[in-house]
Amino acid sequence: MSCMKRLCHETRSHDRLRRTLAVCLRLSRRLLLKMSEERDAAALSGSAQTEGEEDLFVSAMESPEAARLSAEDISPSSNGPKAEPMLLDDDPDDLFAEATEEVSLDSPERQPILSDGPSPVITPVTPVMISSRADVFDRSPDQDEDEEENRDTFDIQISVSDPEKVGDGMNAYMVYKVLTKTSLSIFSRDEVCVKRRFSDFLGLHSKLASKYMHMGYIVPPAPEKSIVGMTKVKVGKEDLSSVEFVEKRRSALERYLLRTVKHPALLKDPDVLQFLESSELPRAVSTQALSGAGILRMVNKAADAVNKMTIKMNESDAWFEEKQQQFENLDVQLRKLHASVESLVCHRKELSVNTASFAKSAAMLGNSEDHTALSRALSQLAEVEEKIDQLHQDQACADFYLISELLGDYVRLITAVKGVFDQRMKTWAKCQDAQVMLQRKREAEAKLQHANKPDKLQQAKDEIREWEGKVQQGERDFEQISKNIRREVGRFEKDRVKDFRVVIIKYLESLVHTQQQMIKYWEAFLPEAKAIA
Amino acid sequence: PHPRCFQESGSWFLTTTPLVRSVSVDLNNDASLVIDIPDALCERDKVKFTVHTKTTLSSFQKPEFSVPRQHEEFIWLHDTIVETEEYAGLIIPPAPPKPDFEGPREKMHKLGEGESSMTKEEYAKMKQELEAEYLAVFKKTVQVHEVFLQRLSSHPIFRKDRNFQIFLEYDQDLSVRRKNAKEMFGGFFKNMVKSADEVLISGVKEVDEFFEQEKTFLLDYSSKIKDASAKAEKMTRSHKNVADDYNHISGALNSTAADNNTAFKKHLEKYAEVFEKLRKLEDRVASDQELKLTELLRYYTRDIQAAKDLLYRRARALADNENSNKALDKARLKGKDIAQAEENQKQCLQKFDKLSESGKKELTSFKARRVVAFRKNLIEMTELEIKHAKVRRLKCCVYHYMFTRQCSGSHGKPGNMREF
Repeated sequence: MSCMKRLCHETRSHDRLRRTLAVCLRLSRRLLLKMSEERDAAALSGSAQTEGEEDLFVSAMESPEAARLSAEDISPSSNGPKAEPMLLDDDPDDLFAEATEEVSLDSPERQPILSDGPSPVITPVTPVMISSRADVFDRSPDQDEDEEENRDTFDIQISVSDPEKVGDGMNAYMVYKVLTKTSLSIFSRDEVCVKRRFSDFLGLHSKLASKYMHMGYIVPPAPEKSIVGMTKVKVGKEDLSSVEFVEKRRSALERYLLRTVKHPALLKDPDVLQFLESSELPRAVSTQALSGAGILRMVNKAADAVNKMTIKMNESDAWFEEKQQQFENLDVQLRKLHASVESLVCHRKELSVNTASFAKSAAMLGNSEDHTALSRALSQLAEVEEKIDQLHQDQACADFYLISELLGDYVRLITAVKGVFDQRMKTWAKCQDAQVMLQRKREAEAKLQHANKPDKLQQAKDEIREWEGKVQQGERDFEQISKNIRREVGRFEKDRVKDFRVVIIKYLESLVHTQQQMIKYWEAFLPEAKAIA
Repeated sequence: PHPRCFQESGSWFLTTTPLVRSVSVDLNNDASLVIDIPDALCERDKVKFTVHTKTTLSSFQKPEFSVPRQHEEFIWLHDTIVETEEYAGLIIPPAPPKPDFEGPREKMHKLGEGESSMTKEEYAKMKQELEAEYLAVFKKTVQVHEVFLQRLSSHPIFRKDRNFQIFLEYDQDLSVRRKNAKEMFGGFFKNMVKSADEVLISGVKEVDEFFEQEKTFLLDYSSKIKDASAKAEKMTRSHKNVADDYNHISGALNSTAADNNTAFKKHLEKYAEVFEKLRKLEDRVASDQELKLTELLRYYTRDIQAAKDLLYRRARALADNENSNKALDKARLKGKDIAQAEENQKQCLQKFDKLSESGKKELTSFKARRVVAFRKNLIEMTELEIKHAKVRRLKCCVYHYMFTRQCSGSHGKPGNMREF
């Protein structure tokens, strides 16, 4: 990393510690914590846990000698996960400069982050990080995080397959095989296979949302219900559209699970483990749209919407304001992009149909042609076009399953992200309400001071203490959710770069494949065309 | 060699360096009369073609000259030739279709309307696309008008036609009147007669096996090629739609990138670039397919109709011949006007024989011409498809490598995305 050396020379007179910390920061690929995302700090990938990072940070403070990293120490990581996208910035200097700016250890934003330990609900993989702290500085922190990445993405594979119809008529439902292969210790076996139905997935999501959303975690949304789609399946139509529907759903369910376990906290959640491992699962009745729980959900949603309009939050943290705006914009943009891709899928299917239609017509023309060689060539042309029609169909599938579905997933994810920001607002409002209440209690107490009612006075004092506690709790909650959101957003931003890249790579592969086939088909036809005499 | 198209004060000017016209092959072999359309000018609704002639024939006043001609004048020429009795036994080259700038015109309109709501880049891009579309329509219409003239010039009989000479040489406006009501009605009537002719063709008893075969073949082939031409058009349209979608996707990715200020931004811009490349390639595939396949089928649909017209005329002559025979028998029976009837019968037979003889020659050379043209175009189309597929494969491989390379351990290198 020659640019790092450059930084060491070019930065102004910062003390050595700061410089080293800047380097640490750069290498540890901090996820969030930035006030303003001017540069693509999050370009650096790797799913380092914030807590782990903090530990790195803290330990670096304690032992600056150990933290002395130079370009030579960083040996190229030997890991080879393809899913590990290490992005390289195009302007390392700026990043370093900015990194050094960031490293103001006295900044108030830093303090709560440094002082907080891992939240009790989340049990990230930090224990490993902490224990190997000594190792961290011998080898590249990249490697460490890559291993974690390894652990997350490679040591667990989930597939949803073999849709099977159970039952008859309107009570029928599809059952999917969920196969989990993993070497993670939290799982009881290496390989588990269970059968789940759609409402089970919805139930899982519902539980996770109720547990984690209010803390600011971005819980991946479950695939959407479709009454029309399911009815066709139930009724037993074996036509193309219901087959496509089942495949679409199967794929969506698989992506849903993969996204859920990619979240370090959710991976450890007992409900998730139970979903993946236990052979019997209590039926999630409350996911039905028209159930009591369903109606309650709708009512709550409406109430939330009203509240959102009435809460006017004093945003002290520009980061949140900016991020919220960004997500609003992204929402609009992704929807537009999604619509364009859906149009592509549609037109590609049309192209396939029209090519097949032309193929038939060319065959008829060949039959009608009385010149023998030309007749044969036209028939061959018809055959080529038929094969190409199949290629178009395959390409349309790739268009859809790779790009269109990814965008659909992200549109839904953004809704979840926005939801998390709303939760923070609610938490703030609760905190505000508690403060108002406290104020009132204090005023009441002040009045009672002159009223000579000793027992009431005592009660008032008790109430004041109670509400002081609540205010403190509210402030803590708010800080916690703010911190969680920053981390979650950073993780989200890093993941999306990865997700999109993986999809584009696969898409390019599909294109290369179709072009390869096309070349083959046309090269076989060329001599036929030349043979027309 | 590529045609160049530039705009001067609201009109479009197209210059073509000699393009190989592939729809009908070997049309400019004879150096004694060489015709081409080197450029064309589009002003509002009117297209002015520059018809350029080089000749060694003494019947022309100069060895080389150019005249401006509009589409209506081509139609006038075609119609006068059709109406010439002498040419009844020849396949009359089909009239070129009217230039159709409706598509690009609509786009131009939209562009003008939406100018205020677009960014400079979007506007420039749309303008570029618009120019490309105009160019494509231009290319097609020039090709089809040129081939019409070249068919005439390469035919031993048509090239001597007086009206053809006037068309090529007369440097004033031909003052081709718009068809008045009578003529239009007359045309309609003619068409009606023609469909009656179709019944006539199928009904008439054919003694000549050659013509019997040709009749069967042409009647069937004409409906098949018309269908194939329509289906090819739909296929080309779909390719264009896919290209359009790639364009929108690229634009949407760029818009998303513009709003973003994280690492994602650069990725999005790169992806936008990928889709832009895909769009260009898809566009090229679509336009090449159109020129080599769709245009070929369209042209021969018209040419087959011209061949059918010849059959109609011959069938008519056959019917006339039979009628004159009957009239002669009747006259002989009555003992009246025998000489007249004999003369009539002789003329009808002569006409019929002449038509049959030249018709046979024409239809045989027509088949040869058709086979050669199909061969050439199918080969060229296939070669282009292969080329485009290879280019697309290569580009996708390059991007694939680019994106995957970022994943694999390039640790320790301060990689620069720009270097890709």
